[in-house]
Amino acid sequence: MNVYGTELNSRLMLGTAQYPSPAIMAEAVKASGCDIVTVSLRRESGAERAGQAFWGIVRELGLKVLPNTAGCHSAKEAITTAEMAREVFGTPWVKLEVIADHDTLQPDVFGLVEAARELVSQGFEVFPYTTEDLGVADRLVDAGCEVLMPWGAPIGSGRGLANVPGLKTLRSRYPELPLVIDAGLGLPSHAAHAMELGYDAVLLNTAVAKAGDPVIMAGAFARAVEAGRAAFLADPIEARDMATPSTPVFGMAFQD
Amino acid sequence: MRIIVNGERREVEGLALAEVLDELGYGGTVVATAVNERFVPQDGRQDLALSDGDRVEVLAPMQGG
Repeated sequence: MNVYGTELNSRLMLGTAQYPSPAIMAEAVKASGCDIVTVSLRRESGAERAGQAFWGIVRELGLKVLPNTAGCHSAKEAITTAEMAREVFGTPWVKLEVIADHDTLQPDVFGLVEAARELVSQGFEVFPYTTEDLGVADRLVDAGCEVLMPWGAPIGSGRGLANVPGLKTLRSRYPELPLVIDAGLGLPSHAAHAMELGYDAVLLNTAVAKAGDPVIMAGAFARAVEAGRAAFLADPIEARDMATPSTPVFGMAFQD
Repeated sequence: MRIIVNGERREVEGLALAEVLDELGYGGTVVATAVNERFVPQDGRQDLALSDGDRVEVLAPMQGG
């Protein structure tokens, strides 16, 4: 998979938040085999310097980082956060989140398009956290986004793909554009489902970090993503309403 | 001078943003800064003179999804 000119070996991207410990986070990341981890920026205390230790652990992993603008509720906030992230993390990549609603954490698609347009003009390579809405997708692509990251379900909900027909339609509209399911997955089967629909990758965090054993779950998701991708490439059969015998009927005994 | 750093009121002696960061213990840290909601790049911190009441944000890498 290629995103913004970067070739990726893994189709799983993993968040770094909510793990029981930094050591378990690092082990889970390794077990997932991911190439990209998502990170964020938060207020730093000059006395505690908590962010410095975290950054040291992430750098040791030697992976690509995708900084997010999580928690931003306006285009202006998201743009400033992205500018700060670019300097700290040394990457033009940004997982652009502009949040509309506290309860659903649904993207504010108006602010998202506005921020994407500005950030692309500043040379950022934007990974927008969006919905499956085609009109919004068109505007994000017009703004210069070369990847789209529609939600599967609300962030952290673990519900899997809430609008499969909508996600299929988005895939059909953009057959060549990298599409990543971001948010809402809870089980490896959800990730496999996304990949079977032809999505290029999935981005996870809570499903792994809050599992009883995040390291085992990271490995389970890695295998599910690979299985789902292989299934998509193998061209699955169409579902039918009626049974059709798999064992040949021709040549059966006791037939007239 | 009284400013607000990461949402908390602070009394500082330095004038330039770079001086104030050193004064508050951020020397040698990987941080990004904004003043009054505008990004201030690292190479602009020495030339940016703070004023009474300015709101300074000092952010560092953190866990994210």
